[in-house]
Amino acid sequence: MTSQVIIQALISGILMGLIYALIAAGLSLIFGLMEIVNFAHGDHLMISMFSAFWFWMLFGIDPIFSIPLTILLMAAIGVATHYFIIRKILNSTMLVQICATFGLAVVLRALAQLLFTPDFRTIKNPIIQGKFEILGIFIGKPQLYASLVCLIAFILLYFFVTRTEAGTALQATSQDRQAAEILGIPSNKMFALGWAIGLSCVAVAGSMLSNFYYVFPDVGVNFSLFAFVAVALGGFGSITGSLIAGIIIGIVESVGGLLIDPSFKLLYVFAVYLFVVIVRPQGIFGRY
Amino acid sequence: MNNNISPRLLEAKNEPLWYFNKNSLIIIGVVILSLFLFPFTSPSKFAIHLMMMIFMHAVMAQSWNVLAGFSGQISLGHAIFFGIGAYASAYFYVKLHITPWIGILAGIGISGFVAMLIGIPILRLKGHYFAIATLLIGISFQVVFQRWPEVGSSSGLWIPINRDSPWTSMQFHKSKVAYYYISLIFFVGSFFLVWLLNRSKLGYRLRAIRDQSDAASSLGIHVSKYKIIAFVISAMIMAPMGSIYAQYVLIVDPNNAFNVDISILVLLISVMGGVGNIWGPIIGSAILIPISEFSRIYFGGTGRSIDLIVYGVLIIIICIFRPAGIVSLIPRSFREREKAK
Repeated sequence: MTSQVIIQALISGILMGLIYALIAAGLSLIFGLMEIVNFAHGDHLMISMFSAFWFWMLFGIDPIFSIPLTILLMAAIGVATHYFIIRKILNSTMLVQICATFGLAVVLRALAQLLFTPDFRTIKNPIIQGKFEILGIFIGKPQLYASLVCLIAFILLYFFVTRTEAGTALQATSQDRQAAEILGIPSNKMFALGWAIGLSCVAVAGSMLSNFYYVFPDVGVNFSLFAFVAVALGGFGSITGSLIAGIIIGIVESVGGLLIDPSFKLLYVFAVYLFVVIVRPQGIFGRY
Repeated sequence: MNNNISPRLLEAKNEPLWYFNKNSLIIIGVVILSLFLFPFTSPSKFAIHLMMMIFMHAVMAQSWNVLAGFSGQISLGHAIFFGIGAYASAYFYVKLHITPWIGILAGIGISGFVAMLIGIPILRLKGHYFAIATLLIGISFQVVFQRWPEVGSSSGLWIPINRDSPWTSMQFHKSKVAYYYISLIFFVGSFFLVWLLNRSKLGYRLRAIRDQSDAASSLGIHVSKYKIIAFVISAMIMAPMGSIYAQYVLIVDPNNAFNVDISILVLLISVMGGVGNIWGPIIGSAILIPISEFSRIYFGGTGRSIDLIVYGVLIIIICIFRPAGIVSLIPRSFREREKAK
């Protein structure tokens, strides 16, 4: 095993990690805002991948051009989810909240299976394809562009949350709901905004993933598990934390798979989760 | 917390553990007797199968309910113990040629032990952290069993058909009624076990931990010890269902034994019926299992996803409008009388 192979694994790990980071950021944002874990997050990712797929299949729109459309769709789904389900269980026990989002996950996955069948699909000949070589290291263009787009989306998200008025209102609500309401920030609207933004992150990640990943109803399962791990690792509610955690997970997955045994990839990531929650339950940047 | 609860607690304290209200005793007795006599009305094979599935899922949900209802921890990985039970009895029979009856006991023991090993580190975790940890551990078990040659890797263990000695091999090919009685016995047994647990000192301590863990701790209750006990009991109730299922379908593989869907299903059944209520899992199972079995008949291959859609929608509706489950639809006066007596 040469160092080249390890660098190769490291780079592909970082590239995937940036995508995990954006997915996790959406989850983290929603959790930070209302302390609800969206167990349907992976299935929202699946929907956005199918959205990219169907825009290509039916209208011939390449996934990179359909990103705005997918974002609109997912933001609408996010607001609808908040309006019809989450709004009504905000003050319920944690069990009820878990069950409601889990129930949503079951419904979305089963609907996708019913409507789209469990077949694996791919987008043929997208604009971004092929790979290139630098110093003997191969980098797939779809992976590279996907991670770049995710990184840009992540930076936009960060500036939105920290620099704009709506973003600071969002932060205020997540820090203290009552105090924010006294200052005239409508928390219900902020929650809806949080869901719209959280699922927009997923929309970007899903569109870029559909360039090189199979699209099928269960695709979101592993991504959502990695997102949970990333959010726990970075600290629930911390957006910067999820970026670093996402990259760590990407590296653990690919380098662990290379060094030990690729068939146990999932377990290394899960081991990271167990280690973190037992040793440092608040995560790297967590405030809980 | 509630002042009006203390006289009832005193009353309960003076009662013997096996106290039953006379009326409820009669009702329960009649129901159990009619369930035992049900096969003599010569029902169809499907009816026997359906009843058996209801019993099994009620026990599985009851197991989940013991953990959630008594200790307040939400497990998303209860399929672990189902899978261990299934693998234990199958492994004992296929590789060691030991009768599944002993395999069931072994499965119960191993499940309890594994629950203790898992529980010691993760039962300290709260809320979402515990739920996600159990979800991840559940999937890890599946991944490990898929690649463990000793237990047949991905193809699993095939239990050879034995027509000569149905009792020692626990295989009943002529009639499924035997499976019906086995699952019914476990159903009744788990019901009384949970009833007993509910009224025992252990049950009161566990509920104290669930409601006010700091207060319970200050009264000298060892919080993490009792949570582990609840987890172990819960795992031990789950395991025999895996064994029975393995003997029923005669094949155990990682995808059916450690399926995440099992973990989700027991949670949905319990929440549907009512968490922390002994009747909850039974009511939930009696409602959800017929839906899935009938949809499998009417919609064929795609039925699986239609029943899941119905489940998911029902559970969301329950969460929004009736967070206490269907049990809470039963008139309050009736339930209070049941509880008080």
